Amino acid sequence: MSTRMSKPNASTILSEESCTGIDHWLTKYPSNQKQSAVMGALMVVQEANGGWLTTELMDAVADYLEMPPIAVYEVATFYSMYELKPVGKHKLCVCTNVSCMLRGSEDIVAHLEKELGIKFGETTSDKKFTLKEVECLGACGGAPMMQIGREYHENLTPEKMDEILAKLD
Amino acid sequence: MVTIEIDGKSYETELGKTLIQVTDANSIDIPRFCYHKKLSVAANCRMCLVEVERAPKPMPACATPIMDGMKVWTRSTKALAAQKAVMEFLLINHPLDCPICDQGGECELQDIAVGYGKDTSRYQEGKRVVFDKNLGPLIATDMTRCIHCTRCVRFSQEISGIPEMGAPGRGEHTQIGPYIEKNITSELSGNMVDLCPVGALTSKPFRFSARAWEMQQRGTIAPHDVVGSNLSMHIRRNQVMRVAPCENEAINEVWISDRDRFSYEGLTASDRLTAPMIKKDGVWQETDWEHALAFAVDSFKGVINAHGNSAVGALGSPTATVEELYLLQKVMRGIGSQNIDHRLRQVDFSDQNEASLFPYLGQAITDLEQCDAALIIGSHLRKEQPLLNHRLRKATLRGAKVILVNPIDYEFNFQIAKKIITSPTAWVDNLAGIAKALLENKGILLPASVKTLLAEISPNENQRAMAQSLGTGEKRTVLLGHLATAHPQFAMIRTLAAIIAKLASANLGYLGEGNTSGAWLAGVLPHRSAGGVPVETEGLDAYTMLTQGMKGYVLLGLEPELDSWDGAAAKATLKKADFVISLSAYRTSAIENYADVMLPIALFAETSGTYVNGEGRWQSFNGVVNPPGEVRPAWKILRVLGNLFNIDGFDYISSDQVRDELHQQVGDKTANNRAAWQIPNALTSESAKGLQRITEIPIYSVDALVRRSSALQRTIDAKMTDGVHLNTHVATQAGLEVNGNTHVQVKQNGIQITLPIVLDDRVPNDGVLIYAGQIKNLELGAWHGQIELSAAT
Ligand code: SF4
Ligand code: FES
Ligand code: FES
Repeated sequence: MSTRMSKPNASTILSEESCTGIDHWLTKYPSNQKQSAVMGALMVVQEANGGWLTTELMDAVADYLEMPPIAVYEVATFYSMYELKPVGKHKLCVCTNVSCMLRGSEDIVAHLEKELGIKFGETTSDKKFTLKEVECLGACGGAPMMQIGREYHENLTPEKMDEILAKLD
Repeated sequence: MVTIEIDGKSYETELGKTLIQVTDANSIDIPRFCYHKKLSVAANCRMCLVEVERAPKPMPACATPIMDGMKVWTRSTKALAAQKAVMEFLLINHPLDCPICDQGGECELQDIAVGYGKDTSRYQEGKRVVFDKNLGPLIATDMTRCIHCTRCVRFSQEISGIPEMGAPGRGEHTQIGPYIEKNITSELSGNMVDLCPVGALTSKPFRFSARAWEMQQRGTIAPHDVVGSNLSMHIRRNQVMRVAPCENEAINEVWISDRDRFSYEGLTASDRLTAPMIKKDGVWQETDWEHALAFAVDSFKGVINAHGNSAVGALGSPTATVEELYLLQKVMRGIGSQNIDHRLRQVDFSDQNEASLFPYLGQAITDLEQCDAALIIGSHLRKEQPLLNHRLRKATLRGAKVILVNPIDYEFNFQIAKKIITSPTAWVDNLAGIAKALLENKGILLPASVKTLLAEISPNENQRAMAQSLGTGEKRTVLLGHLATAHPQFAMIRTLAAIIAKLASANLGYLGEGNTSGAWLAGVLPHRSAGGVPVETEGLDAYTMLTQGMKGYVLLGLEPELDSWDGAAAKATLKKADFVISLSAYRTSAIENYADVMLPIALFAETSGTYVNGEGRWQSFNGVVNPPGEVRPAWKILRVLGNLFNIDGFDYISSDQVRDELHQQVGDKTANNRAAWQIPNALTSESAKGLQRITEIPIYSVDALVRRSSALQRTIDAKMTDGVHLNTHVATQAGLEVNGNTHVQVKQNGIQITLPIVLDDRVPNDGVLIYAGQIKNLELGAWHGQIELSAAT
């Protein structure tokens, strides 16, 4: 094929549902400040893509929101809720920050690592679980805690962990 | 005015300044990494902490606004302790490997660590490692050394206007860079090397070749555009090792373009001509100057005797110095020929007698920053005149409206208010439409001929909108770029641009090439001699000389096959001449083919001389290195030629005398773009049929020196000059993309060649882009004309 010199075009990369999702976020901000919707937009696109972002998708978001791609990369790499590599079906985000650490998050981590056979940042071979270390999620009152999907699970113990894992399909 | 006290001394200053601006203005040293006077204040390195009265903690001088009666201590115990602590933090992750770092010896971190840091380190933990990024052929990286000052990031957002660098990641995991594998595309990217306070970003071509203390710095002037940037050349053992900007607020501020920074590589190109050569019986042989010059003059006299002095002509490069150009025309006029020109990239000379003294920018460079509206006609401004583009960009950030009439939808680094993108054949109609729309809005008194000229025109909506945008604010300008000058109907375009400028009360300006202003003043023109004095009988223009053919030629610093409007014709015509003297820095097979004598000339860093920039500013310089081998400055060669032709007045002993002589002839004449032109009786626009060739002289093909900078030739800007660029619509129409073709047959004026296809949606529907000044498509010839495409078999 011939060489092509053109920029990514959001409309050919983002699905219609993703665009509708981003448009929803856009209504919340002034029309001349589209880039304000970048975090919401990245979340929408990440969910539609099985939990992670490709460079191509980030470029498409940049195009859609009329902002430089590098500014989108900066946001996506700064926040821990965006994934830049494929993740398992369930992403277990375990807090290891001070409160959780004092309340035994290390045991939770050790238990999970043993049960799942993976370390932080890794995914099980059946692509079911990804283990991720996160900083304080603002639920110190229930430390140690972890987030799976949109749910917080608090006051964790290894036994409780097993129950939670068993319930995840 | 307010008074503040710094280290016990009082200073008067204005409110609204930051502390560091005041200390800098008064030569009080405050260490800094992130602060740079041309960039926004980030205040993230904290190196500039000072003690301020009544402030509980030390304050960053770069981000602290001054207040009346403020008391500041830059060297108190508290300030020093703070600076020391910050230095210790900064060195936590910085490798201590100065001996193997390219920045060693000229590193801000090294200097400040010595001046403000501790003498020992308490840090024993592991340091972080950051992998290097490949930013392309110009900038080398050692990202482990980066101290996250974000100067490069702010530069790419605020100055280059192409946000390519960023700070992805977070906290300790932050990694400065473009995040993706990416060559930096900004034409100002080299400035990041100067900005980086450590050895994280360094010059790739220069890397590891010399130490700062081994080099001497000598000033000179850049030859590649009409800005005339002030350069500092760093020399070791008679070799230019690298080039950096010299600060000059009125011209280049603190920046230079990559073209001015890296073109020096061409000085040592492998095809440099280092000794005079003559062609005897078809065989080239080296000889000494005496023989070469005698042979040249005798043979040239032979041609004149046989065919008359109007059968010979001279062509000079617009990147030659004023002195060289002046002597070139003096020699030619001395032997009785008026066939002298430097405008090789022009074809329409019909109104040359009405042109102003030289292609004046129409304003000072700094004025561009202040304009409120600008119309650019036929210019890839960003790549053509990077620093003028930068000034206009600043204007747009203040709210100026820039509108374009261009052949390609070039990517600009600022907002374009309105544009018309069409192949050049449609420019006349479009400019007439804009003029008419302005005329309808305004009751300005104009000659009746203008009204008659535009009587039949009815502007369309877009043309009206363009006219409207051009009405913005008070200060306006209309700029004619390279592609306007190269237009087959340049006179018509110039007339319309002048009418538009008049109607919009705008300054009309030209964006020439290199030293074009100097060439006009020096009289390297067939219709005017030095100082713009009209000649009695006009000689032939460059295009005529290179297409109709002369018996003898003198070429100064040119490769006409690459430097002229129709390279194929130039090559063929030169070949037919009886005798060609080429004063050239390079020896190429093309020159060997048509020339009979090759005289090696010094390049811009090797000779003294003067360039005149677009504003009409004369800037003289000395040679900074000696030329190699037998190479001589062209002004000296021309002086000897003048003597050998027995012409009077060639007794100069320095180039200054040549300049002063010209200066006297120019006197106090100034350029005036507002001079009245003859308004033609009718608009003639070309009747365009089919696809038109669109062309552009790419940023790194403008002259022989730049073409030989190997680093610049590896940039994306140089690489994209391949092939034929067409948009998807045109490709489909020609039945191309669907077949999955990689190549296409391109036919222009009966010549057919095969070129790779580049799908490029910047190209309009009525044309294809084939770059000029490229050996690979030389045979196609003229810069304009109809193109036929057919699938390659
Ligand atoms: S690369 Fe240099 S200029 Fe850029 S942030 Fe790092 S230290 Fe600063
Ligand atoms: S420290 Fe774990 S939630 Fe706050
Ligand atoms: S120079 Fe002031 S904080 Fe960096």
